[in-house]
Amino acid sequence: MSGLVLKDISKRFGSFTAVSHVDISVPHGTFVCMLGPSGCGKTTLLRMIAGLDEPSEGAILLDGADITPIPTHKRNLGMVFQSLALFPHLNVAENIAYPLRIRGVAKEDQKKRVDELLQMIHLQGYGERPVSKLSGGQRQRVAIARALALSPKLFLLDEPLSALDAKLREAMQVELRQLQQRLGITTIVVTHDQREAMTMADTVVVMNGGEIRQAASPVDIYRNPADTFVADFIGSTNLLEMSADSAGRATILGKPMAGLKLPTGLAKASVSIRPEDLHLTAPGGDAIDGTVTFIRDLGGTIETFIDVSGQSIVAVSTPRARPEVSVGQKVGVVLPDEACVVLKR
Amino acid sequence: MKREPPRTLADYGPLFFPATMLTVFFVVPFGTMIAVSFFQRQQGGFYTPAFVWSNYERFLSVFFGNVLGFSLMLAITVAICCVVLALPFTYCLTRMSRRAQVLWLVGLLSVLSLSEVIIGFAWSTLFSRTAGITNLLVAIGIMDAPRALYPGFGAVLTGMVYQAFPYTVLVLFPALVRLDPTLTEAARTLGSSPLRAFFNVVVPALRNTIVATLIMVFIFALGSYLLPQILGRPQHWTLSVLITDQAIYQSNMPFAAAMAVFLVLVTLALVSLTLFIGRKGEVA
Ligand SMILES: Nc1ncnc2c1ncn2[C@@H]1O[C@H](COP(=O)(O)OP(=O)(O)OP(=O)(O)O)[C@@H](O)[C@H]1O
Ligand SMILES: [Mg+2]
Repeated sequence: MSGLVLKDISKRFGSFTAVSHVDISVPHGTFVCMLGPSGCGKTTLLRMIAGLDEPSEGAILLDGADITPIPTHKRNLGMVFQSLALFPHLNVAENIAYPLRIRGVAKEDQKKRVDELLQMIHLQGYGERPVSKLSGGQRQRVAIARALALSPKLFLLDEPLSALDAKLREAMQVELRQLQQRLGITTIVVTHDQREAMTMADTVVVMNGGEIRQAASPVDIYRNPADTFVADFIGSTNLLEMSADSAGRATILGKPMAGLKLPTGLAKASVSIRPEDLHLTAPGGDAIDGTVTFIRDLGGTIETFIDVSGQSIVAVSTPRARPEVSVGQKVGVVLPDEACVVLKR
Repeated sequence: MKREPPRTLADYGPLFFPATMLTVFFVVPFGTMIAVSFFQRQQGGFYTPAFVWSNYERFLSVFFGNVLGFSLMLAITVAICCVVLALPFTYCLTRMSRRAQVLWLVGLLSVLSLSEVIIGFAWSTLFSRTAGITNLLVAIGIMDAPRALYPGFGAVLTGMVYQAFPYTVLVLFPALVRLDPTLTEAARTLGSSPLRAFFNVVVPALRNTIVATLIMVFIFALGSYLLPQILGRPQHWTLSVLITDQAIYQSNMPFAAAMAVFLVLVTLALVSLTLFIGRKGEVA
């Protein structure tokens, strides 16, 4: 298969397992975001793909060839480090030309390619600047251009945008995604910002504790999380307990849910329902009764916090569909069957 | 916060201590030395205050010119050898585990605690014909017969590099520890082998540190006067040896002072030249 394949990769530091049994294949030209909480092994996995760390077990295949024993400098990849790692003794153009110089590209071709790359990152005329005299976003672009100078097969980025302010970060996310689509390069980005992952990725890989919890498209991850960790980590969700009543029917917070089934053989499960999928109605009837405890109006969205026998539930709505409720009021919460994702706990 | 310019005498307070130290330990002795270098020598080891150039004139001969040239050449060679050896060594050291680093640094510090005399005699034994390392080489069949490796230039150089090496490592260590390790990793992902990355990333990024270290070792080596005597022949004696000889054995203080002043001036000139070239390289 063309693209990158990780086969049962594990990495141990002494007795500590940082990455355990990771199996994943990334088709050529895909944009993958690896997402997970701090310390879950994202950087370690990326470094193994780059060849900067050696896997304790498993193999890495690129376009069908086993590259596990190949040293970093022969892997033909571009990597952007969290610290960017721009060479302080070289100016912008020299930084970008560095990989070309190492490969012995002719001087005129180097210059042509550097000009091309400077144009690509919208920094024409900045070639002679020392890198220390650039803004954070400009440095970011230089690091990206340098990594792409040799048109690598694989483009790896470790939290490339984490040092930028929110506005610039969003702009760079879009820019990075467009660049990747234009070049059609297989790209793996590590991040712990789930919005960033949703914005850019074809495939989101959610990791926790050194393991892959789910790898799927952003919509899939959001709509059909594989477990409670993924449901909770991606976006915000309400995790409710589902159990069987005396008649064996599934109930949530004491209300029978006719349209839902417990996983076979289990008496308890979790249900994830996104805040925007809840409806608020008058109390009584089929709805679950609760009390409004807090309303947060964020302008674009309105969050209503409802207390249902000790459990807090959040509902999100747009200002147009603003629920006519006030704090302290009794309301009914409706959980549409099709929005409930039943998860093993 | 903007700093107020000092106004009262008390505002200059913090300057007193360094100023006093500098005066007591540098300006006064150096001033005395300059003064003495113009004094008139009397028979029997005394000198009387005067203002004569004869001490400097005597120095301007082919013989002393050669000694000065040799001293500078030796110090520069020692400085280059030390940095060339210590830079990769220290680089590897910073990549080791904490424990290994501590062990190595303790070992290096213990070399620092050895006096020049001990280092000199230890190497003269190691380089001797009867008990030296050549006997080992004969034993394992590399050489036919043991041979004396001293006195000679190689022996002097070895002894002085050995002595200055720990200083070099200690000066380079903090800069190398602070060097971002992702710089070399980035170079590797960009197609540079680890060895090339060392030469075209680590070395240039540490340029200023390397220049400063070269100057430090150079000055350190310039002052060495025991090792050249123990491990070298008379033609390997440095200006420091001659200064000591004049000052202590010939009791010719004015001439010794004149040579010392001259040595200081030449050193300052060389150091400024190095810094000047370094500064220019930075702008380019
Ligand atoms: N060289 C090492 N020696 C020992 N343990 C290490 C080493 N490198 C990483 N680890 C451990 O492996 C685990 C995973 O680290 P890693 O850097 O991959 O996390 P991460 O997912 O990138 O986290 P973050 O989001 O904070 O960057 C951490 O618990 C870390 O302490
Ligand atoms: Mg990380």
